[in-house]
Amino acid sequence: MIELKKGTIPVEEKAIVNPLQTTGMKYYVVIGLLASVVGIGLFAYITQLTQGLEVTGMRNRVMWGIYVTNFVYFIAISMAGTLISAILRLTNAGWRKPITRIAESITVVSLIFAGSSIVFDLGRPDRMGHMLLFGRLDSPLIWDLFSLTSYLIGSILYLYLPLIPDIAYLRDSSTGISGIKQWLYKRLSLGWTGSEEQKKKLERAIKVMSVLIIPVAVSIHSVTAWIFGVTLKVGWHSTIFAPYFVSGAVFSGIATIILVAAIFRKAYGLESFLTLRHFKNLAYLMMAGNLIYVYFLVSEFLTMYYGGEPHDLMLLNAFFTGEYAIQFWTFAIAALVLPLIILAVPSGRTILGIVIAAVLANIGMWFARYIIVIPSLSHPFLTEGWNPYTPTWVEISITGLSFAGFALVLAIFAKLFPIISMWEIRGEQEGIASQESQHSIGPVGEIARDGGERAT
Amino acid sequence: MSEGPSRRNFIKASAIAGATLLLGGMAGFPGAASQGHPHSGSTGRSKKKWVMVIDTERCDGCRMCTEACIEEHVVPSGWGEPSFQGVRQTTKTAVLQKPEHIGRQEWIKVYNTGEDLGPPGDKGNFLPLPCMQCVNAPCVKVCPVNATYHNEDGLVLIDNNRCIGCRYCMTACPYERRFFNWGDPSQSYTQEEKAKTVFAESSPEFPVEHKRGTVEKCMFCAHRVKFGKLPACVEACTKAGMKALYFGNKNEDVVSNGAEILKLSDLLKSRGAYRLQEDLGTDPNVYYLPPRGK
Repeated sequence: MIELKKGTIPVEEKAIVNPLQTTGMKYYVVIGLLASVVGIGLFAYITQLTQGLEVTGMRNRVMWGIYVTNFVYFIAISMAGTLISAILRLTNAGWRKPITRIAESITVVSLIFAGSSIVFDLGRPDRMGHMLLFGRLDSPLIWDLFSLTSYLIGSILYLYLPLIPDIAYLRDSSTGISGIKQWLYKRLSLGWTGSEEQKKKLERAIKVMSVLIIPVAVSIHSVTAWIFGVTLKVGWHSTIFAPYFVSGAVFSGIATIILVAAIFRKAYGLESFLTLRHFKNLAYLMMAGNLIYVYFLVSEFLTMYYGGEPHDLMLLNAFFTGEYAIQFWTFAIAALVLPLIILAVPSGRTILGIVIAAVLANIGMWFARYIIVIPSLSHPFLTEGWNPYTPTWVEISITGLSFAGFALVLAIFAKLFPIISMWEIRGEQEGIASQESQHSIGPVGEIARDGGERAT
Repeated sequence: MSEGPSRRNFIKASAIAGATLLLGGMAGFPGAASQGHPHSGSTGRSKKKWVMVIDTERCDGCRMCTEACIEEHVVPSGWGEPSFQGVRQTTKTAVLQKPEHIGRQEWIKVYNTGEDLGPPGDKGNFLPLPCMQCVNAPCVKVCPVNATYHNEDGLVLIDNNRCIGCRYCMTACPYERRFFNWGDPSQSYTQEEKAKTVFAESSPEFPVEHKRGTVEKCMFCAHRVKFGKLPACVEACTKAGMKALYFGNKNEDVVSNGAEILKLSDLLKSRGAYRLQEDLGTDPNVYYLPPRGK
């Protein structure tokens, strides 16, 4: 049996477990709001199923719209879990520990909604099974199917493994919980007792998974990029796309973690776990992601511009001053310029400042995907000028469904399981002295200095 | 109806095709994946390589090829697809153009090279664009389910019972020659057309039973040419007096517009034939003859 018995929960951990045991009115209001947005989206999807894709703004020239934009967006933020949990775990960056669970759950949930975005986009969702029956290995869409399913299964495992000790803890320490929850915890804890042997096995499993998951994560962003890159479309047919998408994924993945962490911190009162130090470290990573993305963007645009092929120039013109200027500048300013300015200034690096930067980055990066997907299709290959595309209410509602659904699943998950990995934090506090040196190896030297800093 | 006399053969072929499809499906993944579409690939039996030659000097933009195509295949609505602009209003077009064909998908679309593709100020030439039936077809490469494939005569066909409607092939096609049935295809039909789609036998070679949520395009009238008939557009062009479209077999080095039979290699050489966007390496099977003396 685990040492901690009923009634002996340390004060700090109580804060983590508390939201699982008591549910306020606010929670139900939020769930209700999210569920109604999902409901509207479902209604829109039923409309689309009965009438066909003609209810969307897509047509024969611009045949992919914001469903594919959402797909790329959700695939990208799935980078969160791998980056924080796997890469920082392997590099022994101790500060990651309170954030790992948030990051891993973002990965799983975003992959679910990435997959569903593709289903929303299909003309014949009833024939989805054909991908398995007749799958053709030459098609990047099949690569994506394999990659996405592997990554989803891997991420679920990777979310679940570090959850086992916490589930066991809940099983043993929770009082007055419903029978269903008790049953769920009992089943999912797999008879965890916290013995040395179990701990050893778990550590080993987590370590193996954290190594395995990284190439799978890189593959999914690359394959998603190749869906576009292998075609002959202007603006898509680019060798740079795979690393470009990986860097974009790092950037928007971190931005999403910051946003989600800030919401849970506020809603669940986790101020003592998620401190300014964590947000600052995430902000530095986000800045790095931002700069790498800018680098790829400049590299892409410069080669297009310098070569001066008419079609390339037409596309660049559409971005800078033409048909897609609004979307392009929204992306450039919201995702690239403003976050960098906010984070570069020391006084901008408060939790509020960092969260604002993250929100801007998220919005901007959605537009980044928009201007990747749509202008290349809208661009006239042979013919009469730019092809129009405006999303309809159906597409917007289904997009709402994806985002609200994402938040809804996360909120329910956080109601059932602790959103902060308790046993890992415990480990950190116990071994803090021995790991002190390792901490400073983390990506930012500042960690040790403002380690005790608390949010204001 | 065009396939009348050979109807029995056609039905027989379709039945065999259906059975093959079923077996292919039962073989399942990944067995099916390595074999491709049951109709696809070369068995070595075929001696045909269909090509089309389009004489832009003769084309006067009357758009009869498009009309005949829509009629032959009962082509569904284009759902807002930009229709042909700048029709030269000859008496012929004014009389023959059917109002119910307006706004349909144009599997063979006539562009005005002056306005769309040609050098500035050139208003003289027209460019009919069917599917290029590329040898190295970008659309075939990207299909995740083998719904689009080359048949043994090298034609790019679509199995609309297999297509999942992802539209990846449409993004891949550099000629914009693929169309999607965004809504119910029958909504734009006349009674007569509805009857045709119901009674005719549908297959990838003649997908007259159009399906919502699937991709379609020109297939060089595979259902006609295999019985020795010219594609509907070629026939219509000659009938309208232009004789601008030729169709033939590259392996036999011969093309015909129904009125004359020419040696393909001589025609291509003497007229300086070109293909669209040859630099993309798609190896299209549609050749264009530039106008002389202009």
